[in-house]
Amino acid sequence: MKKRTGVVRRTTKARVVTPRRRNPVRTDAAAPPLVTRKEITVQVNGVAQTAEVEVRMTLVDFIRERLGLTGTHVGCEHGVCGACTILLDGAPVRSCLMFAVQAAGQEIMTVEALGTPDRLHPIQEAFRDHHGLQCGFCTPGFLMTTLAFLRERPSPTADEIRVALAGHLCRCTVYQGIVEAVSDAAARLRAGTPTPAPRARGGARE
Amino acid sequence: MKPAPFQYAAPESVEETVALLHAHGTEGKLLAGGQSLVPLLNMRLARPSVIIDLNRVRTLDYIREENGEIAIGAMTRQRTAERSPVVTRRLPLLADALPLVGHLQIRTRGTVGGNIAHADPSAELPAVLAALEGSVVVRGPGGTRRVAAHAFFVSYLTTALGPDELLLEVRFPAHEHQGSAFLEVARRHGDYALVGVGAVVTMAGNVCQRARLAFTGVGPVPVRIPDAEAVVTGKMVTDGVLAELGKLVTHMIDPTGDIHASAEYRKEVAGVLARRAIRAAAERARMKQMRMR
Ligand SMILES: Cc1cc2nc3c(=O)[nH]c(=O)nc-3n(C[C@H](O)[C@H](O)[C@H](O)COP(=O)(O)OP(=O)(O)OC[C@H]3O[C@@H](n4cnc5c(N)ncnc54)[C@H](O)[C@@H]3O)c2cc1C
Ligand code: FES
Ligand code: FES
Repeated sequence: MKKRTGVVRRTTKARVVTPRRRNPVRTDAAAPPLVTRKEITVQVNGVAQTAEVEVRMTLVDFIRERLGLTGTHVGCEHGVCGACTILLDGAPVRSCLMFAVQAAGQEIMTVEALGTPDRLHPIQEAFRDHHGLQCGFCTPGFLMTTLAFLRERPSPTADEIRVALAGHLCRCTVYQGIVEAVSDAAARLRAGTPTPAPRARGGARE
Repeated sequence: MKPAPFQYAAPESVEETVALLHAHGTEGKLLAGGQSLVPLLNMRLARPSVIIDLNRVRTLDYIREENGEIAIGAMTRQRTAERSPVVTRRLPLLADALPLVGHLQIRTRGTVGGNIAHADPSAELPAVLAALEGSVVVRGPGGTRRVAAHAFFVSYLTTALGPDELLLEVRFPAHEHQGSAFLEVARRHGDYALVGVGAVVTMAGNVCQRARLAFTGVGPVPVRIPDAEAVVTGKMVTDGVLAELGKLVTHMIDPTGDIHASAEYRKEVAGVLARRAIRAAAERARMKQMRMR
């Protein structure tokens, strides 16, 4: 990677790049420097990933393009479709509405850590068994929200499931199958079907 | 699409943020939960040259009880407020409205301060603040000032915040002894309201001593209709009074139509929701009175 000259401040290793502004921050003000690139370390599926990113790179692009974890999909890029949903410190968020720099020091879980084709997670098994997907584009997002939702509400009603999943769109409209799948996944998890531990999978750059 | 290039800073204190705003306020944008701003950046409807990220300013994340008011720090996540026992117990109107703000994933990141500062004409929290006659605390280079809700919301997406000012906290008057209800009609759960209303009533026995209603989705800012509030004030909340209230609201409210709903539909819905909200709020107030006896 091309070396850049810059100052290192605090623990953020911020690099100051081409300060083009004519009137710089007054020195008496304790303002941190402006940067256009930054080095970050993020825990992704249990693996520490360090990379220098452009500050305008969204988290979903970082996950897909820099880490090669293409299980997280990107649809609308404005928070509406839910395809890009991941877990950030255990809670579901839209990875298209965050910048990668903002995830520094935090923990991310993507669908790659859920199960594998030969060892599906009970939620994935339930989606398969109930036809909770057709083309599969929306599925990774649904799965990640379902994982977080069932941890909080192990025995949800069908109405609660619908509200919890309202932030996801499925163009193939398999909604009925999805609601049934989530309900069955809850039962499977309660019955204690041995759940594969979230796998440490760093993706292509592992 | 991808955001246009910008320069970025992540201050860790209010003082650092104020310094950054002072230097870059006019060309810059504060980034809170990003749930309204990042879509605008991704679609390049907004192209600020500087982004000041508030997410590392830990001191703006709190819920405090202060003299009959609950002060919520601007960077408190909507989801955190939704789960707060203080909010559930002392701010029932806010507790009603929060689950209607977007979806779970949006509220995990979205902040209380961001929702108020963004001032979307269909957002729930500005209407809650207006119905409660709450206020916000704002910090600029000249110091701190407090702004009442009615003075804070100026127009569509426009508030009394100056370009170099920062919203520090939102102050909601506690109303655990009053009755309240927030109702809305939206196309799906989590969508912005086509019409929403927050109602707060003070009851003395069966008589309504004071009623406040604030509507969202029917004007540039949260809409209060003093004449409608007067219809129920000093009266028993009977079907007749509620019918009169609904009619007056439908008559007086002046929404614009858009692709989601016509103006006529919004007027009609506003009247119905006003009726239902006052009925529910009065009912809850009576239950509280019974429990206290
Ligand atoms: C799919 C989707 C559905 C949604 N549905 C709803 C809904 O039904 N109802 C609803 O109310 N909202 C809804 N929202 C918006 C959501 O509530 C946002 O979180 C909120 O409007 C903005 O809060 P934020 O913290 O995300 O702020 P940001 O998006 O980070 O900022 C919004 C604006 O406020 C300014 N700002 C933020 N914080 C401060 C501060 N402390 N001081 C000064 N200025 C500040 C920013 O500069 C920016 O201009 C939805 C969003 C999405 C993506
Ligand atoms: S791509 Fe993030 S919500 Fe659609
Ligand atoms: S399965 Fe095709 S979009 Fe949902």
